[in-house]
Amino acid sequence: MSHRVIESEWLAPEVRRLVVEAPHVVRHCGPGQFVIARATSEGERIPLTIAHADRQARTITLIIQAVGCSTRQLCALEKGSEISDIVGPLGKTTDIEHVGHAVIVGGGVGTAVIYPQATALKAKGNRVSAIIGGRSRPYVILEKELGVICDAVYPCTDDGSHGFKGFVTERLKQLIEQAEQKVEMVLCAGPVPMMRAVAELTRPMGIHTVASLNPIMVDGTGMCGGCRVQVGGQMLFACVDGPEFDAHKVDFRELADRLTTYRDQERVAKGNHPCRSGAAAEVR
Amino acid sequence: MAENGKLKPAERMKIQRQAMPARDAGVRSRCFEEVNLGLPEQIAMEEAKRCLECKDRKCVTGCPVQIDIPAFVTRVAAGDFAGAAEVLLNDNALPGISGRVCPQEKQCEVLCIRAKKGEPVAIGYLERFVADWASEHRNGHVATLASPTGFKVAIVGSGPAGLTAAGELAKKGHEVTVFEAFHKPGGVLVYGIPEFRLPKEIVRKEVESLKAIGVKIECNVVIGRTYTIDDLMKEEGFQAVFIANGAGLPVFMGIPGENLKGVYSANEYLTRVNLMKAYEANSDTPVLRAKKAVVIGGGNTAMDGVRTARRLGADPATLVYRRSRAEMPARIEEVHHAEEEGVVFQMLTLPIEILGDEKGWVRGLKCQKMQLGEPDKSGRARPVPIPGSEFEIPCDVVVEAIGTRANPLLTQTTPDLKVNEKGYLVVDADNMTSKAGVFAGGDIVRGAATVILAMGDGKRTAATMDRYLKEKAQRHEGGSGKTGGAGIPSVGRQ
Ligand SMILES: Cc1cc2nc3c(=O)[nH]c(=O)nc-3n(C[C@H](O)[C@H](O)[C@H](O)COP(=O)(O)OP(=O)(O)OC[C@H]3O[C@@H](n4cnc5c(N)ncnc54)[C@H](O)[C@@H]3O)c2cc1C
Ligand SMILES: Cc1cc2nc3c(=O)[nH]c(=O)nc-3n(C[C@H](O)[C@H](O)[C@H](O)COP(=O)(O)OP(=O)(O)OC[C@H]3O[C@@H](n4cnc5c(N)ncnc54)[C@H](O)[C@@H]3O)c2cc1C
Ligand code: SF4
Ligand code: SF4
Ligand code: FES
Repeated sequence: MSHRVIESEWLAPEVRRLVVEAPHVVRHCGPGQFVIARATSEGERIPLTIAHADRQARTITLIIQAVGCSTRQLCALEKGSEISDIVGPLGKTTDIEHVGHAVIVGGGVGTAVIYPQATALKAKGNRVSAIIGGRSRPYVILEKELGVICDAVYPCTDDGSHGFKGFVTERLKQLIEQAEQKVEMVLCAGPVPMMRAVAELTRPMGIHTVASLNPIMVDGTGMCGGCRVQVGGQMLFACVDGPEFDAHKVDFRELADRLTTYRDQERVAKGNHPCRSGAAAEVR
Repeated sequence: MAENGKLKPAERMKIQRQAMPARDAGVRSRCFEEVNLGLPEQIAMEEAKRCLECKDRKCVTGCPVQIDIPAFVTRVAAGDFAGAAEVLLNDNALPGISGRVCPQEKQCEVLCIRAKKGEPVAIGYLERFVADWASEHRNGHVATLASPTGFKVAIVGSGPAGLTAAGELAKKGHEVTVFEAFHKPGGVLVYGIPEFRLPKEIVRKEVESLKAIGVKIECNVVIGRTYTIDDLMKEEGFQAVFIANGAGLPVFMGIPGENLKGVYSANEYLTRVNLMKAYEANSDTPVLRAKKAVVIGGGNTAMDGVRTARRLGADPATLVYRRSRAEMPARIEEVHHAEEEGVVFQMLTLPIEILGDEKGWVRGLKCQKMQLGEPDKSGRARPVPIPGSEFEIPCDVVVEAIGTRANPLLTQTTPDLKVNEKGYLVVDADNMTSKAGVFAGGDIVRGAATVILAMGDGKRTAATMDRYLKEKAQRHEGGSGKTGGAGIPSVGRQ
């Protein structure tokens, strides 16, 4: 069956929010989990976080950044159009406990990944601060929505056009040093260099830090091994053992490297691939 | 057919085994079209005449599903293909698949009396012939269905075990829904075994004919995540469940360098190519096209991997196996075909490290030579490393095809399902698990086995499930009836 798009809007340049019918996904899903979607019946299978699930309406919200072929196909969908396949929920749900003060850090579309955690952390009685970053003002997403849930939201931009000027890690450092209530836990999602920087910052401070990893996936059920990551020297599958792991144990260098596996192919393909060529011209 | 058309045994013995026409090796090592072309009618009849119609039918005892081989073969010999199809389809719902992928040389054909002096009857080729004939000529042929029983049965997984059970249960009048994690049904038949060995059209037709008799197939549902077994039984109103989710967890060797770019499990490599059609120029799913590929292993999966790499342009495509050729578990025909297609066999070789360049790409495989020592538990000679024999094979893609294990995704969410120390489901003589009404079969019970054993499990379990449901109905007779799924929102799709 295909999945109808109920709502569709741009949140930021190249970032689209889709509300999609997915009656079977909403039944058991929790924060931290994701789906694998195929835009068309010939499409690639790509993982996307369940940014929100509405059990009554039987819909899920996906927040998608157009980075390549498949994400562009999805970002082009208007209200009323259809997504061919959605399977989920996949992955483990976030371990949410009462810790005191928790900080969630989102970079770019990573903010969509940490958004459902905010509600869950709050429900457990935590103080929740959100640090969210983007290149410039239009790239900071979900600020208003997080504002409703969190005790404080700190937007950051590289160029200072909105909120704090600088990287989310710099703001995080400030917050940890100055917070009235000691920061007990950090949860981060975003580009690999950002997650690595967060881990390096909190490691010497001994603050428990969790990263939501984004390796390349195929099935999402543990049958291909393509999503394998090194955590504490062990080979784990992000789709079934994660996608969240202790950030202090993750081999981020290897993760970043493995994410470039198809970069050249994708570049070559742009010339003659129908989806890629058209979309490339549109976005760049 | 006239009686006088019958040949005497001596005459039959004179007929040589017929060869399977195959696509030219040079052509096929560049494309994904099926290698074997199928026997023409005359050749099939000639081959069938070689059968001696033995009384003790040794061949049948070698077949895991006990197909009445002489009965269908003699009908082929007589040119009665419809009759042959009738017999065959009665014993085996998917002969077009088993005829192509069964390891006949270890099952039916090895026991054929004619193998004692020369070559066995080509039972697999004939089975395929009849199946293909039937699929062309029996279009629209609908199985006879029992009247609806009102029972709802769920099947987890749409591999050969699940599909066979679905067909059998639907014919017995049960309402059957198959849940499949992938977006397309077929299991290993679609994501693992390549097009050049088993055209996907055959699986698609089979799935269509199941739908035609009322089987619902729901893709994109992962049992253990989307629904649990308990959800199915307590909330969705299924009175029995058949678990046939295969043994799909890939095993890695655990040697250094496995996370370099260019290292694949066979599952990932084959899924990208077969299910996601990465071999087509326009596919959205990428796969690395190796200049030089190495595939590790000696089974069917390894053979499929290395022949796929060859078709994607690898030169050489090398197969590395730690034992000798005689011990390779792959079907003999695949080994021959691989060889004809130019695959390089590097036997008695143990990979010890995958080597990478400064950018994290695979640049070679470091190996050690082995020699055969004392037999091990399996009775096969144990390979032992030869000290100082290390050498390197240059390559840019490495595919590991050293085996699979049970995937714990489903069992983790159903703790009352008993598993053995390897994670496979424990079942009784009726194939029922430790949970009442929940049955299992195929690779999830046997460990990685064969297509025909999975189909056999599907058929046998369908019969025990049918009995279980009917007995259950009797026990409930007089009461308020079965616990149905009334009022529960249907999850029915497709
Ligand atoms: C568990 C999980 C949850 C995710 N959630 C979201 C989400 O909610 N929203 C969202 O927009 N994205 C999310 N992603 C990332 C998303 O899956 C990728 O962006 C997508 O697969 C890229 O596909 P593509 O065909 O558009 O790009 P491609 O053409 O495949 O790649 C374009 C570029 O992106 C890089 N790339 C490829 N895959 C990834 C990846 N997994 N992560 C980062 N870069 C990648 C490539 O190296 C290439 O340079 C998630 C990933 C995972 C594993
Ligand atoms: C590459 C390869 C080549 C092979 N070649 C041969 C051959 O030539 N001859 C031969 O006899 N055998 C061969 N085999 C072995 C044979 O394919 C298997 O023994 C057989 O397919 C097992 O059937 P099954 O029905 O038990 O499981 P599978 O075919 O593995 O099917 C299981 C299905 O269940 C689905 N599934 C898994 N978990 C879930 C879940 N939680 N919820 C929903 N669905 C789920 C899977 O996606 C899959 O579709 C080969 C195997 C491989 C991998
Ligand atoms: S199903 Fe397999 S073993 Fe049985 S007769 Fe056919 S080819 Fe032989
Ligand atoms: S053993 Fe061989 S010759 Fe005898 S019935 Fe079987 S196939 Fe025919
Ligand atoms: S995506 Fe295939 S094992 Fe994780």
